[in-house]
Amino acid sequence: MDTIVPACQIIEPATAAPADGYTARRMFGARAPRIEDPALLRGEGRYLDDIRMPDPLHAAFLRSPHAHARVTRLDLSGARALPGVVAVFDADAIARELTGLRMPLGFPSATLQKDITPWVLSCTEVAFVGEAMVMVVAESRAIAEDALALIEVDFEPLPVVHDCHQALDDGSPVVRSDAVSNIAEQLQVGFGEVDAAFDGAAHVFAESLFVHRGAAHPMEGRGVLARHDPVEDAITVWTSTQMAHEVMHSIAMMLGMDQHNVRVIAPDVGGGFGCKYLTYPEEVAIPAAARCLGRPVKWVEDRAEHFVSAIHERDQYWDVDIAVDADGRIRGVRGRLLHDQGAYTPQGINLPYNAATSVTGPYRVPAYRMDVIICQTNKTPVIPVRGAGYPQAAFVMERLLDRVARELSIDRAALRLRNLIPPEKMPYDKGLTNRAGVRSIVDSGDYPATQAAALARIDYDGFPARQREARARGRHLGLGLANAVKATSRGPFESAVIRVSPQGRIDLYTGALAMGQGLATALAQIAAEQLDVPLEMIHVTCGDTGRISLGMGGFASRQTVMAGSSVHLAAIEVRNKALKVGEQLLGVPMDALRLRDGRVEVVATPTRFVTLGDIARKLKGAPGYSLPPGITPGLESTGLFQTNSQAHANACHACEVEVDPGTGAVRILRYVAVHDSGRLVNPTMAEGQIHGGIVHGIGNALFEKMGYDDEAQPVTGTFADYLLPTSTEIPHIEVVFLETPSPTNPIGVKGIGEAGTIPVAPAIVSAIEDALSPWNIRLAEAPVSPVRLLELIDASAKPRPAAAPLTPCGASGT
Amino acid sequence: MSSEEPVHTIAVTINGKAYERAVADRKNLADFLRQDLQLTGTHVGCEHGVCGACTVLVDGVSARGCLMLAAQADGCTIETVESLAGDAPGPSGLGPLQQAFRDRHALQCGFCTPGILMSLTELLRDDPSPDEEAVRVVLSGHLCRCTGYQNIVAAALQAVSKACGAR
Amino acid sequence: MKAPPFRYHAPRTLDEALSLAATLPGPRLLAGGQSLMPMLNFRLVGPENLIDLNRVAALSGIREEGEDVVFGAMTRQREIEYSPLVKARLPLLAEAIQWVGHRQTRNRGTIGGSLCHLDPSAEQPTVAMAMDASLVIVSPGRRRELAMRTFAVDLMTPALEDGEILTEVRFRPWPPGHGWAFLEFARRHGDYAIVAVAVLLELDASGRASRVSITLGGVASTPVRVPDAETRLLGSRVGADDISAAAACCGRVEALGDPQVPAWYRQRLASTLAARAIPIALSRNAAHAAAGSTSDSGLTS
Repeated sequence: MDTIVPACQIIEPATAAPADGYTARRMFGARAPRIEDPALLRGEGRYLDDIRMPDPLHAAFLRSPHAHARVTRLDLSGARALPGVVAVFDADAIARELTGLRMPLGFPSATLQKDITPWVLSCTEVAFVGEAMVMVVAESRAIAEDALALIEVDFEPLPVVHDCHQALDDGSPVVRSDAVSNIAEQLQVGFGEVDAAFDGAAHVFAESLFVHRGAAHPMEGRGVLARHDPVEDAITVWTSTQMAHEVMHSIAMMLGMDQHNVRVIAPDVGGGFGCKYLTYPEEVAIPAAARCLGRPVKWVEDRAEHFVSAIHERDQYWDVDIAVDADGRIRGVRGRLLHDQGAYTPQGINLPYNAATSVTGPYRVPAYRMDVIICQTNKTPVIPVRGAGYPQAAFVMERLLDRVARELSIDRAALRLRNLIPPEKMPYDKGLTNRAGVRSIVDSGDYPATQAAALARIDYDGFPARQREARARGRHLGLGLANAVKATSRGPFESAVIRVSPQGRIDLYTGALAMGQGLATALAQIAAEQLDVPLEMIHVTCGDTGRISLGMGGFASRQTVMAGSSVHLAAIEVRNKALKVGEQLLGVPMDALRLRDGRVEVVATPTRFVTLGDIARKLKGAPGYSLPPGITPGLESTGLFQTNSQAHANACHACEVEVDPGTGAVRILRYVAVHDSGRLVNPTMAEGQIHGGIVHGIGNALFEKMGYDDEAQPVTGTFADYLLPTSTEIPHIEVVFLETPSPTNPIGVKGIGEAGTIPVAPAIVSAIEDALSPWNIRLAEAPVSPVRLLELIDASAKPRPAAAPLTPCGASGT
Repeated sequence: MSSEEPVHTIAVTINGKAYERAVADRKNLADFLRQDLQLTGTHVGCEHGVCGACTVLVDGVSARGCLMLAAQADGCTIETVESLAGDAPGPSGLGPLQQAFRDRHALQCGFCTPGILMSLTELLRDDPSPDEEAVRVVLSGHLCRCTGYQNIVAAALQAVSKACGAR
Repeated sequence: MKAPPFRYHAPRTLDEALSLAATLPGPRLLAGGQSLMPMLNFRLVGPENLIDLNRVAALSGIREEGEDVVFGAMTRQREIEYSPLVKARLPLLAEAIQWVGHRQTRNRGTIGGSLCHLDPSAEQPTVAMAMDASLVIVSPGRRRELAMRTFAVDLMTPALEDGEILTEVRFRPWPPGHGWAFLEFARRHGDYAIVAVAVLLELDASGRASRVSITLGGVASTPVRVPDAETRLLGSRVGADDISAAAACCGRVEALGDPQVPAWYRQRLASTLAARAIPIALSRNAAHAAAGSTSDSGLTS
């Protein structure tokens, strides 16, 4: 059973004693069932491909089969001649519909190499396998794909950059002919007197670490549906995105329209995990085609496309040094990060920047410097996936600490405790700034208590005995632990509007974007806490630019904090307004009134009430009649919570694994995750976020590897060879929450969506090393495969044990 | 549809209702359910039989909707997620397994959920009291990126215990 | 992706299927579809005509015929999994079938489809090799029977000619009381094995191995028997040294390698799994179990 430390509460009930014993709902912190669920469980969800649109056309894209090539001939005549094909767009044809052929850069950057974003379609040179070249629009998807097979292309293969190290070699080919260099950008981040810290250190240790390319793989891929209205010259675009408003602005710009005439709607989104926080070429091409052809056009990404044309994350090579005192206290960390950006930079440098600036995590590091080289390679571009650079950074820091612990013979937990930021130092200035120049301040948290809770839960002290006993039976158990911090709630703002209609319907609109986390429920809970209505009375609309003009969307574990705070502020205003009007209409002072089930009622005599609908009708105005004194029109409020501060969620994970030295199989026997994400709006949903995050982390640690060969051809293009963890590989996960309220926002919450992923790989890798301590192997990479483990075991000086255990661990089907 | 697209006329019973339709030879069962019958509860996640989102019951046993042609379903009885609420009252009524999913927060984005519900429906019909291992083995035929599977296992076991309690 | 265009045919009889296969241009036979359908969906194959064998009733079912247990080629893996006859007479197959894909794929996947697809690490071809199964292959006016070792020509290449259909797979069960074990190693439950090992073992009255079959799947281009390992065990008491030596033979079989899974790793798995499977087979041997002896069997727990 998962454990919750009680949360503080938030609003004060009416002061008068209720006549009927009624106490207000406490929705904030309740394990409420989700309001999203009934439709999804009945098969009545409306994902992109479920939208019923009369007479739609279907698009398919010809994608480059080459990592780098020049197109010497492109013949579309066969495709155009196929019955059922309506249009075939090459780059020139789509350019005629657009203000430009190059996608806008997601995040502004003054220092980034110019002309580095992807093309909407690329027909002269291709720079990665999967790059969109030609769009066919036909009466069905099958026919569109038939037409793709009829397109004749001659390619002249060009030299390929397949890896960051190669990208930096003298004489390396250049990733694209319009690139001035394979280095997209170089930067240095840090603080303190790093070299002095190293000069005075008792010990310095160096590690070379590698975190491999992986991908987001939501179960629903991307998809776009666009319909143009020629009367209004307005376009409506449904897209499976994490950022409806930014997509709307990009479409408006690329199609030369005003935002007034572009509406973007995110329907039910079947997961995002980062890969949908981007405006993709298809999101421009499809509306352009719909406007050009005068018919709705739909494109649904298939999994084969998703593997190569939706973004990936990483590779990253880290060469890092740590300087410590004789007792293991950290003096400084420095190094170089080589980041594989892929063939284009669609969003910016936020991923390597995040990674480089989050290494020090929950630890006190007086001096830090990281040189970051962002390399371009002929692979699928990368932007952040769940964790956004933090998992790699945690891998680096935790590997360094394990190294120090081993070299200095200090217990791994004791070493960490010695270096954790103590609670009395909160808020703690990390000495770094974010990309926008805002100082990184860790707001709150009790890191030693978090670690202590994890150690207690997994019985850290009892493990050596368990390990000895298992080894006596020929079984190899290991324990690993890792800490993590995630700066959540990225600003600058998020929007929320709460509006009560004269019929009493309560609508909640937000620019935040639901992609499966239960955002609607969380926001409804925050609103219901103030309005005292059942959740089902609140209709939540996320990610519809036609309903709310401003919005940032779903990224960086921000929405419960940012949108939640905006909802909280708006709900308080609606509540107060309703009570004020109620005071006037009922002739009873406010503190003798309460909200309940959509009414304002007199606490002492609840039969005396006005409904919220009555109040809304009053406040919508009637010609010539004045509103109640001191009351502004409309029973609605807009919340625009704005902050540059980030609420820092933290975690400590501890796990026990068993490694089979005969096969290299790793089985996770126990997994304990202690998290502090501030006050929890819905503990059940919070647990769900942690479960999912951890399993994503287990993928990063053991399974998920987007492989490429030396010609930058992908070698893992299906779910049969890119391994997502399944239910049989996953242990029962024990989640424990601490709740340290964040002072950065009015509801004391911290983000939670990514925190679960961050410490997983270092915890598991540490446990594997521990299990294989008789062989004294060192792991410097993730994911770790069974092949790699046997390779390391073979390379170690120690002999293999004579008898392999009879019961194989990790062999499937046992 | 292009003029020379070959078709077969099939008769199928889906969620208790009989349909007769001409369907393109190459169209798979999942696309047929979704596109021709607007039964969009069955989702398509990979089209190569691994993710399990398109799993439906064909003559009572689970099958990948993407690995079967619609034409092959001629004469078959198909059950999809749309059948599971059964007689549950109201427009948002839920069957027992669906209710267990809601109670135990066994879904997040919900995209994989219909396929999983169908596999578990099959399991619980065959074995009304499976243990956790049996549930996990059946679930291993599905990919879920959101939940980490834990609450799905819990929901299946809750459905078991409720059913057992009812007996 | 969507499948390329083809014409679908659903013959009801074997003769009809054979005639379609012999006369239609660009034919391809569709069995359970668990391998061919993904290839169609990814447009890796583009047959002009798809001949569905699922409605040919004569190709389905499990029966005993003389000493043999005979499977219609279209017998679904699910039927094998739940068959008391298979459990009683072909325990190796009964064990191996649990490792085949997932329940959702076994419900449609067929034994004949798997044998014709002939993935080198698939379970059913490995068992067929281990048991010297005999495959009945029919074309218009011709019937031939091939031993599995002849049928499995090379990587995913069965000895089928144009117009031929695999109709039956015949297994000759080992005598009651024999020992068996099927072990495999895969990254995840239900994945194709990286390496699979099938062991069959018969002991004589004196407790010596009188008949041995050791087969590796996933190591070479087709499942392979390991005669060296079998010879090493024959006549022995299958003690720890014998098992290690036989396992070492398995680790020396020439193996395929690729960047993800190098040859040496397949060899290592082969020896590890053989070292684990042989004792299991031994312990299940009636003669051995009757003797109640585990002291020299290599069992460590």
